[in-house]
Amino acid sequence: MASATAPAAALTGTPARRPGRTRTRLAWGLAGAAAALVAVALASVAIGSRSVPIGTVLDAVIRYDGAVADHVIVHDLRIPRTLLGLAVGGALGLSGALIQALTRNPLADPGILGVNEGAAFGVVFAVGILSLDSPYLFVWFAFTGAAVVSLGVYGVGARGRAGASPVRLVLAGVAFTYVLHGITTAIVLRDTVTFDRYRNWIVGSLANTDPGLLARLLPFLAVGAALALGLARPLNALSLGDEPGRALGVHRGRTRALGAAAVVLLCGAATAAAGPIAFVGLAVPYAARMITGPDYRWLMAYSVVLAPVLLLASDIAGRLVARPMEIGVGIVTTFVGAPLLIALARRRGRLPRL
Amino acid sequence: MSQVDLYGEELTLAYEQRVVARQLGVRIPPNSFTVLVGPNACGKSTLLRALAGLLRPTAGAVYLDGQVITRYPAKQVARRLGLLPQTAVVPDGITVADLVARGRYPHQRLLRQWSAEDEAAVSAAMAATRVTELADRVVDELSGGQRQRVWLAMVLAQQTNLLLLDEPTTFLDIAHQVEVLDLCADLHEHGDRTLVAVLHDLNQAARYATHLIVMSDGAVVAEGEPAEVLTAELVSKVFGLDCQIIPDPQTGTPMVVPAARRRSDRRFEFPPVIGPDGVGRRTVASRTPARG
Amino acid sequence: MSPDVRLPGLVLRTRSDRLSVRMHTRSAVVVAALVVLCAAIAVMTLGAGDYPIPAVDVVRTLLGAGTPVTDFIVLELRLPRLVTALAVGVALGASGAVFQSVTRNPLGSPDIIGFTTGASTGALLAIIAIGAGLPGQAAGAMIGGLLSATVVYLLARRGGVHSYRLVIVGIGVQALLTSTNTYLLVRSNINDAQRAALWLAGSLNARGWGHAALAAIAVALLLPAVLLLGPRNRMLELGDDLARALGVAVEPARLGLIAAGVGLAAGAAAAAGPIAFVALAAPQLARRLTRATGPGVLPAAAMGALLLVASDLIGQHALPDMQVPVGLVTSCLGGGYLVWLLARRQARAGRRRAWRPGRRTGAAA
Repeated sequence: MASATAPAAALTGTPARRPGRTRTRLAWGLAGAAAALVAVALASVAIGSRSVPIGTVLDAVIRYDGAVADHVIVHDLRIPRTLLGLAVGGALGLSGALIQALTRNPLADPGILGVNEGAAFGVVFAVGILSLDSPYLFVWFAFTGAAVVSLGVYGVGARGRAGASPVRLVLAGVAFTYVLHGITTAIVLRDTVTFDRYRNWIVGSLANTDPGLLARLLPFLAVGAALALGLARPLNALSLGDEPGRALGVHRGRTRALGAAAVVLLCGAATAAAGPIAFVGLAVPYAARMITGPDYRWLMAYSVVLAPVLLLASDIAGRLVARPMEIGVGIVTTFVGAPLLIALARRRGRLPRL
Repeated sequence: MSQVDLYGEELTLAYEQRVVARQLGVRIPPNSFTVLVGPNACGKSTLLRALAGLLRPTAGAVYLDGQVITRYPAKQVARRLGLLPQTAVVPDGITVADLVARGRYPHQRLLRQWSAEDEAAVSAAMAATRVTELADRVVDELSGGQRQRVWLAMVLAQQTNLLLLDEPTTFLDIAHQVEVLDLCADLHEHGDRTLVAVLHDLNQAARYATHLIVMSDGAVVAEGEPAEVLTAELVSKVFGLDCQIIPDPQTGTPMVVPAARRRSDRRFEFPPVIGPDGVGRRTVASRTPARG
Repeated sequence: MSPDVRLPGLVLRTRSDRLSVRMHTRSAVVVAALVVLCAAIAVMTLGAGDYPIPAVDVVRTLLGAGTPVTDFIVLELRLPRLVTALAVGVALGASGAVFQSVTRNPLGSPDIIGFTTGASTGALLAIIAIGAGLPGQAAGAMIGGLLSATVVYLLARRGGVHSYRLVIVGIGVQALLTSTNTYLLVRSNINDAQRAALWLAGSLNARGWGHAALAAIAVALLLPAVLLLGPRNRMLELGDDLARALGVAVEPARLGLIAAGVGLAAGAAAAAGPIAFVALAAPQLARRLTRATGPGVLPAAAMGALLLVASDLIGQHALPDMQVPVGLVTSCLGGGYLVWLLARRQARAGRRRAWRPGRRTGAAA
């Protein structure tokens, strides 16, 4: 059975699935993941650094009374936070899967296009050079910074005969990151106020209380997500190699450019909203690949569902572990995710190859 | 030069948990040009690596000059046995002379990095393989056949009596394949050397080998002179190929001629061809071509 | 008689042929040139500052014939920092060359085993938890770096040293350590955090003889070790199978090389903190000059020293109002150089074969 699908796969550009990894099983798995997501989201609303009884939580949702402090906490803090976590997590998961495709490396982080450094530079520029202080403005500086830097990285990486090949993209990302990091650190070390803002921003946190934030970033996230999901099929074909991809009718340059644009929109918006949250974009798609195999349609679906699970679970843990203070989600996701990743790497058997 | 004696007894060879060969016994006749053949994954490369001491058998042992090969210090083995594995890597930008010189490592010491002997050995090796004119060229830029000759020169520079070659002709075009094999035959005849090579092509193996070892599924199925060993029944049993054995018109050694394709009346189901206008068309596979 | 093939390079041989050494001519010339350049910049650095001293006087002071004033300024104030820079540069260049050679990857550096981040964690703990001064920071860095490298190696053991298992474990451990560092930065009081951030930038400020000694001892012990393992390393370049067939004990040799590389990086990190880019760039830059195969250790070491000393000169005197930590200078310079490399439309993309090891029969295919 497996051998019959292999030539068919080569003809249509769809990766052959291992027997046992049937469409039905993957669908059930996805449903299970979605259920887990719902559960975690509910938990995120119900649990926090301050105990609120479940009854009150339900009341806050159904019969919101602005005078009750607990209701305010649920309505104004926890629900926006949960929604932000869903959006940011989904964006990170999706962009992580995309960057895997663009660099042909299952261990790539969406930040390699310079998104994190660009966002950091934007924030530091706003605070340190322009002496701005409004957190609401930071978001746009961060997003712009991320976009501009990624444009530079892609632009430099796309020069040369082969276009934005995986190697050139990575190198360009490394180069820009180095330069920006140097400049950012130089600005930050100059005065204490900037440094303080900076160190609180780089932790990464879902605690941004601006209610309109998500709404304003939603268009970017939506466009990015639509692009990403639409690119799944062409990326499948391209993952066989540049020439087989072309033979299957995929326009390599356009696919790569659109893919990079999607990464910037998704990861840039996520970083602007919540600060740089490393590791989710790398670990979740990598682990998802072990379940789904190399088919990007399933890989993206699983990534977009599992990443928020990790993010929200980490956020909940961050709220609980050090009550009444919170540990930023960017830190906790690593402590949850890295041991999992290492455990996965140590088990016997085949891992997605580099 | 003294003769080198290489044989393996009761070998069980395995990679991690996968057992490739069990209770394998093989002896390399001194001064022969032995060729190992067999279908894919029959264990011939594995056996070669075990004979070279690279793979430790889980049972049994390989003996070199009467002692278990894995008990020798590695440099000593390298002075008696030269191996050219399939996985050899060309360092970026290296010149021919430099690469050949690396074959002298087993004879070198910390303070004796480049003696007159080393120079002489390298010169002789490059002359024997006729790559002397290429000495300053970068190996990456050479043709496949030239590159293979350079690798052979490197192994020759080791000055061993025994040369083990793992698929020296794969990926070469036919002219280069013959070039390399002719060179091997020269080295065998004029140098008092024993060669052991793994080859894919049965006809080449029959032409050049003085001793043929046919393997299948981790066991030696037949060994001896090609003329005696290579029969149609053997090829059918080992390779699953119907064939006819005729004497090679040039050398007289056995030549395998695969049987002609049998026309079948069955219509094969191929995926339909979709033309540019999106309309499906049947392929012409079902038509029986006119043939005499 | 076969025609004699003249191998390129210098050969020094005793008459009895018992001792002989061969070296690549161009590499030797490059190393000599780099050393001379380094010396020139060193003299410039020693002479520059709030109290400028002409070069001639600097040299005189170094040779022991200076005035008490120049003695104090050159020998006590500025020389320790310079010696530290030289030693750290050598250590980083050599360490980078070792890692790039062993992993056969031009982007290889001590970071892949999570070393640099571990050193940072160690130093940060020293600063924030104990409030240590420079010596404590150095100790923390060394312990942290060595500990994290060991942990990564042990966790990834089964795969062997250049396997993807090692890369994954390295990424995981690095991420954990980075998060720890961020947490420490955020939780500590602002003064400690700023000191920590300065250390993290990689700096030669206020480095005294203690630091110079740390780096210099690492270099004195480990650089010879790396050079001794040189021939074995050259065989390893041919692939594990062929190396073994030529008589090299592959795993011990590789382990020895990596241990030496890590040790050199540890000495550098302890003395100056994590200095970006030098370990990555010095071997590649040196290789462009020597046109040898593979990153040579001595040219890389010389280039590393030059890069660092030049960067420190720039960092100290480029901006009027502040001293830029040397790590930031190397970061910007290095990144800029890489961008420039990528931005020039490469005519010969074919030379990019550095990214893939050439296989025995693959190149023409």
